[in-house]
Amino acid sequence: MLRIPCPWCGTRDEVEFRYRGDATRSRPAADGTLEEFTAYVYARENPLGWHLEWWLHVGGCRRLLKVERHTLSHEIRWVGTPEALPPDGKVS
Amino acid sequence: MMRSPMPSQPRSAAPASPPERTSSGRYSLWRLLREGLRGQRGWSRAWTKAAPRPRYRVVLVGAGGHGLATAYYLATRYGISDVAVLERGPLGLGNVARNTTIIRSNYFQPANVRFYEFSLKLWESLERTLNFNAMVSQRGTLNLFHTEAQRDLLTRRANLMRLEGVDAEALSPQAVKALVPLVDLDNGRFPVLGGFLQPRGGTVRHDAVAWGYARGASEAGVDIVEHCAVTGIRREGGRVVGVETSRGFVAADVVCLAVAGYSSELARMAGLELPIETHVLQAFVTEGLKPLLDVVLTYGAGHFYISQSDKGGLVFGGAIDGYNSYGQRGTLPMVEEVTAAAVTLLPALARVKVLRQWGGVMDMTMDGSPIISKTPLAGLILNGGWCYGGFKAIPAGGFTTAHLIAHGTPHPVAAHLDLGRFAAGRTVDERGDGPYPWLH
Repeated sequence: MLRIPCPWCGTRDEVEFRYRGDATRSRPAADGTLEEFTAYVYARENPLGWHLEWWLHVGGCRRLLKVERHTLSHEIRWVGTPEALPPDGKVS
Repeated sequence: MMRSPMPSQPRSAAPASPPERTSSGRYSLWRLLREGLRGQRGWSRAWTKAAPRPRYRVVLVGAGGHGLATAYYLATRYGISDVAVLERGPLGLGNVARNTTIIRSNYFQPANVRFYEFSLKLWESLERTLNFNAMVSQRGTLNLFHTEAQRDLLTRRANLMRLEGVDAEALSPQAVKALVPLVDLDNGRFPVLGGFLQPRGGTVRHDAVAWGYARGASEAGVDIVEHCAVTGIRREGGRVVGVETSRGFVAADVVCLAVAGYSSELARMAGLELPIETHVLQAFVTEGLKPLLDVVLTYGAGHFYISQSDKGGLVFGGAIDGYNSYGQRGTLPMVEEVTAAAVTLLPALARVKVLRQWGGVMDMTMDGSPIISKTPLAGLILNGGWCYGGFKAIPAGGFTTAHLIAHGTPHPVAAHLDLGRFAAGRTVDERGDGPYPWLH
């Protein structure tokens, strides 16, 4: 069971949240190339390690959270708003 | 003490002697009787543990179901036995040992029906082909439906299957009850309105699949190398020239990844990013019970499937946990969801004890369908993205991957599984969920 510390509601069980995937992908400009859009929609880094991801708190504040979680230990080390970046964060 | 007059040869200069290749001989009832009378002393190892040679024509990464099957078909069907299968741990302990052993070809997309039916046909002759008892049991797979819309969808699927020559039968609630007396047809929330049966579906003893293919490949001259982790993929001039391993560099003309669950990590070594996320899927087995379920049964109002093993344990599972994970273990929310589905459909299971629960990690692709393909890097072939349908696809996956390696062109039944389908907009989205791997 993941325990996700929501900045608005406090720490809650994962069942209150809905997973929304990789949060490192940003949408290319409207005149972006096919390769850029293909990479945005389909390609994923899928790391064995720290992963920046979206979680929607559907059973709470209904806000979208950005969470940095380890994909092997499942440890969560940072949670922020959609615009925020973790201390050592990166956006592709 | 006399010193040797001749300088001793440095060991490394001596040519590495080829590993002693043992043959396990042909298995038969006659041999079983003979060995019974001779104190079982005439058996030898089913396959040879090889040490890696410096170069091969083909290196397969991963001694799981797909890697071993690919090696077997390369050596026996396509005449390429200069092949090594490199495995970082012991053979057959990944997903081929962790699945719920179900085989079937009841798919919706015609291209998928053809691919999985090709696999089912190979399963039907597998034991004779391999001379190995894999306990292929065509006990039937029964999909239940609980709403009229679901009935219409499954009817359409059954008709599409029958157009491809695949077996599918509609069952009334009474026929479902006759086949599986344990089912609670009138359960309060999701009454059972009927089901569709694929009589040729069933189960296979999963470990024996890995062992049978390993034995066949080894006898045909393939080197199976355990405890040899691939740590890098060496490239020269835009093509693959071999793999760095924990036991040294191994050169190869073709490198094929068959490491579902870890495809992204291995592809990263070659500078590639794949349309894959890794997710954990759990499975469960109960204490041994007397025979009470003689089909593979799936629930339509939740994700739940169950069969009874020959030892008597009920083997069952549900959906993936739902977020990226390489942890080969599950978490409790999915345990609750799966067991809730189990007792809704089969109330008699409420007091059955679960003996074990485990997790395996899946390559979940962006369209829910696997990938058997060349990659942008010449000489690198990918067999992966199996989502949680990899076990039933082992014979076809191995066969078609071997075809791709041998001929350089895709096998007709697997041509739709190429990596280029994402950019080209030809995704094979069985469930119509879109590019959200955790939903497939």
